[in-house]
Formats: sequence, structure tokens, C-alpha cells
Amino acid sequence: MARYTIQRIVYMVITLFIIATLTFFLMKLLPGSPLQNQEKLTPEQRALILKEYGLDKPVPVQYVQYLGNLLQGDLGVSFQYDNRPVTELIGDRIGPSAQLGFQAIVFGTIVGLVLGIFAAIRHNSWEDYTATVIAVIGISVPSFVLAGFLQYFIGVKLQWLPVAFWEGFKYTIMPTLALSVGVIANIARFMRTEMLEVLSSDYILTARAKGISNAGVVVKHAIRNSLIPVITILGPMAVNLMTGTLVIEKIFAVPGLGEQFVRSIELNDYPVIMGTTLFYSALLIFVIFIVDILYGIVDPRIRLAGGKK
Amino acid sequence: MEKILQVNDLHISFDIHAGEVQAVRGVTFDLYKGETLAIVGESGSGKSVTSKALMRLLPTPPSRIKQGEILFEGKDLTKLTDKEMQEIRGKKISMIFQDPMTSLNPTMTIGKQIMEAILKHQNLSKDEARKRAIELLQLVGIKNAELRMKQYPHQFSGGMRQRVVIAIALACNPKILIADEPTTALDVTIQAQILELMKDLQKKLGMSIIFITHDLGVVANMADRVAVMYAGKIVEMGTVDEIFYNPKHPYTWGLLASMPSLDHKDTELYSIPGSPPDLLNPPKGDAFAPRNPYALKIDYELEPPMFQVSDTHYAATWLLHELAPKVEPPAIVRERMKQFADIVARKGGKPRG
Repeated sequence: MARYTIQRIVYMVITLFIIATLTFFLMKLLPGSPLQNQEKLTPEQRALILKEYGLDKPVPVQYVQYLGNLLQGDLGVSFQYDNRPVTELIGDRIGPSAQLGFQAIVFGTIVGLVLGIFAAIRHNSWEDYTATVIAVIGISVPSFVLAGFLQYFIGVKLQWLPVAFWEGFKYTIMPTLALSVGVIANIARFMRTEMLEVLSSDYILTARAKGISNAGVVVKHAIRNSLIPVITILGPMAVNLMTGTLVIEKIFAVPGLGEQFVRSIELNDYPVIMGTTLFYSALLIFVIFIVDILYGIVDPRIRLAGGKK
Repeated sequence: MEKILQVNDLHISFDIHAGEVQAVRGVTFDLYKGETLAIVGESGSGKSVTSKALMRLLPTPPSRIKQGEILFEGKDLTKLTDKEMQEIRGKKISMIFQDPMTSLNPTMTIGKQIMEAILKHQNLSKDEARKRAIELLQLVGIKNAELRMKQYPHQFSGGMRQRVVIAIALACNPKILIADEPTTALDVTIQAQILELMKDLQKKLGMSIIFITHDLGVVANMADRVAVMYAGKIVEMGTVDEIFYNPKHPYTWGLLASMPSLDHKDTELYSIPGSPPDLLNPPKGDAFAPRNPYALKIDYELEPPMFQVSDTHYAATWLLHELAPKVEPPAIVRERMKQFADIVARKGGKPRG
């Protein structure tokens, strides 16, 4: 297990390095410069500022310099926010984003699992069809469409919940809903298919032949085995959720990382773009690693295969 | 002998889009205490459906018990609620299945899977249940039982898994063990071991066994009585000797003739021509008639009743009617009958019955 973990960490570092490199050069290909809207600056001032931030050097040199700083944990300073360090900016903004992402994945997973399990148990009944319809809608409607819909009906018409901003739990409900619908739909669909498969397997028949009640069979035998493939899709799902956050944070005016990220791209704030991308990537790689570990915990066959010398 | 189970005129149908599939069409048999009854027949003959129906393990819908009763300890199992049935499953009547590779839960330890059955039906603490589970593993011939308890199914071979499945089935000393082709998925040497184990356990625990199989070799080895099923009906029933030495139904002849044997190296293996009837639209008359070289005209008109051959031997074929032409079994079957007699003689026994 230790060897496996170390191997995984090495891969994680290599992945991060590749992402950093690709993002750096892609970012340099973005049109415009950090000074594009500063018409009042004289050419001398411009040159001075570019020199100050090291932007006057050729791109490969900048790249090497950036990597050097990165190795020391220095993500640089922001161009737009008064030279504040990028790490500090991320730290300030991570709270709402993390809360939103966490709420959405927890809520979405729970609701999705329940829907999927019920749909499978009541196969071909109206409960099943309802769950399937919800899943199809959830998958096909983009989160930003749903966000607008929620804002209009629940926020504006019914006035149950605030339309935007971030000033307490009430404000988190609509963005969480908008964000979790995709999760609910995906998890429900997967869980239903898996449960149906598992429920028709021989060992379920064995369990029923022991005299275990229907509920007991589902809880003790079927759910755990159905979870295995569902856990595998949790990784990519987390990716979806995080990219989804960018849009959702913008729509609901949540002062999160995504909102800041979009702004930094608009303004060519290179260090913030780089820092946020790397942060997202590191987070994702870590989540996928955790998912793999979880996978082993749920399925003993994998655990043992990984543990053998 | 004491009857432990009576199945009377059992009809089971599956409702599918195309209509009603009559998988079991009036099955009647008794099971005696301590005996082994083999139910044989080719795929689709309804033997597996019958056995699952006894445990009420068929999914409803699409299946339904259309008619008939299953009497066990004074109760009709077809009328019990789900809850009452759960009290019988695994406690009074247990079942083992065909494929040990898939019939155990891959993510649960063997110990837990055995203890689950014990804890469900017996008022034991977890520790007592664990002890009992270890005893059961030892009983079915698994060494290092204590260590094995903590292992998962993938750490067991096929034969060992089938032993575990048997241990689970025996957890509460059931009165009846239904074995649905328990050795079909195993290789021949392991097959022999499992059969030996089952015979041995039956001697020790005294349960009755219903043994579903299509392998007549296994039947000869295991059974006291045999029911031959075709197209959802029992077409011949008798003691194992009666079925092997004095078969009356042309379908039984076909089955015996199509059994591979070591003495038959050069000749082509016989197979019954044609295929089983479509039970969505069961044929009029005897369902076996179109495949039966001895079919009479009446076979296409009217279903034959059960003719009694002896106290224990019945067959549903018009050939047994007093007006029917006298037909001898084909040469290959007579040859087989002689072989069986020889095998028994070589073993130093004499035909039972």
C-alpha cells in the first residue's frame, strides 16, 4: 500500500508539472496584455511596469523563472489587486467556493443515491419513471439555465430565497441546488442501473434464500456492491462540479474562487490565472486519488490486489 | 415413510409481453423424510422454476403460481405472506445454487455471510453465531476455518466456495435442502467431492434433498427417487433403479441414450431430435410427441394420464395403455440398462428397489 501511495504521489507531481507548463504557454497566447486598458500610461511607464513584473523578458525565460518560484511555493503577486500575493487571494476566496462545492456534492450524492435506489427497487413503476425523468432533465439542462430559472421563480416571483450574494446560509441554497442537479441526475442514473444489475445477481438470490427480508437484502448486500462503479464516476463528477462553479458563482454573485478566476482571465492577470489553475488541478488530482482509495475500501478485491507485494 | 413435502398440481406461469409462458404445468410429487429426490430434464423443462417456486424465490411479477399447493408442515407455502416465508427460507428449507463463483457476495467476508443466516433464524449472540459458523465450515471440510472466516469469496476456489454455500444452507439444520445443479459449474473431481460431501452431510443431519440436475450420472450416484420433467410436467417418476433399469417413457429413453459413456468410444453420441416445445403456446396432446419416434396418433390429440407401473413407478405415456402396441426400448437403451447393471454388479452390490 505504501509503495502504491508513493507511486501515486509521483504521478500526481508529474501531472501538476505538465498542467503548469501547458497553462503557462496557453495563457501567453491569450490576446491582450495586463496593461491593455491603461491608455494614460506613457511608453516609459509601460516599460517600467513590464520590467517590474518580469514581463519584458522572453517567454521561455519567464517560464523558467515561474517554475523556480513555484518550487519555493511562491505563486507570485496579482496585477489587479494591488500586488497582493496570489496565495492570499486564493485563501480569501476559497471559503465560499469550497462550501458551495461541498454542499452540492453531498446533497447531490445523497439525493441521487436515494432516487437511484428507489427507482431500482420499484423497477418499472411510476416511482422508477419519475426518477428517470428527473435524471434525464438533470443531465440535459445546463446548470446556468436552471440557475436563471431558480432565480426568476424562487427568487423574484415567490421571493422565498435571495436572488444573489453571499451573506449567510439562505444565500447558499439556490446556487447549491443549481449546482447539484447534475450530480443528482448522474448519480441517480448510475445507481439505478447498477442496483438493477446487482439485484438480479446470484448472490442476492442466495441472500434471499437465507430468509433475509427484502429491505435487509437491499441494505446489506445490494447497496454496497452497487456503490463500486458509482464511486468511480465521483472523480469526473467533482471535475464537473468545479468547472460548473465558475458559471454558477458568476450568476449568483458569489465571492468565490470561480468568480475571481473569470475576472483574472478577462484582465490577463497572469499570476492569478496560473495560481488558480494549479490550485484547481491539485485539488482535482487529490480528489481522484481519494476516490481510488475509497474504491479499495469498498471493494476488497481491489484492496488486496493493490496490497500484494 | 413420512412425507415432508407435498406438491399438488402446481402450475407456474410467466406473464411476458408476448403472452403467458406456462413454465410448469401441473407438477405433483411427494418428498419423503431423509430421501434424495432428483428432478431431471433438459433446459427449459421447468425443473429450476419448480425448485425456486418451492422457496417462493421467483420474482412476482412476471411469475405467478397459477394453481396448486405446496404443503409443508401443515401449511400451504403458496399462501404464506412474504414475512412468513422468510421464516421458512434458510431455516426449514434451504437452497444451493448452480454457480458458486457468483452466488456469494464479493464484498462480504465468508464469516459474515454464514453468520447472517444464523443470526436471522436463531436466537444467538454474535460470538455464539461466530462459533457456530466456524463449526459449519469445519463440517463442510474447510480447513483453517477461523482464518477463512475473515476472507472474501475471491480468496476461495470454486469447490471451496460451493462448500461455503452449502455451509450457509445448512446453518439452521434445514429439513429440506434444494440443490439446483450444484455441481454443474465445477470440474469433475471437485464435482465428486461435493457430491460425496452432500451424501455425508445428509447421513449426519438427516435432511431431505431435492436435487435438480440434467446429469444422469449424478442422479445414479445421488438419488433415491427420480422425477423426469419435460415441458413443465413430470413425465416419469420412480425409484432410481426403476428409472435406470425399467424406464417406460420414450423421453426417459432418449435421456438415457444421450448419456455419454466410456464404453461408447466409436459411436456417435445420441441426441433427442428436435427441440423442446414453446411453452408460450403449449402443444395439444403429449408435448413430447413431435420428437417421439414411438408417438401414436392419440399422442397428438390427448395428453396421456399417469399410468402406474409399480407402487412407486409412474409414467405418462400412451404406450402403457393396454391397447397400445408393445414397444421395447431401443437397442441403445437396452445396452445402457445392461451397463448400469454391470456397474452395480462390479461394485459388488445388487440393484436396489
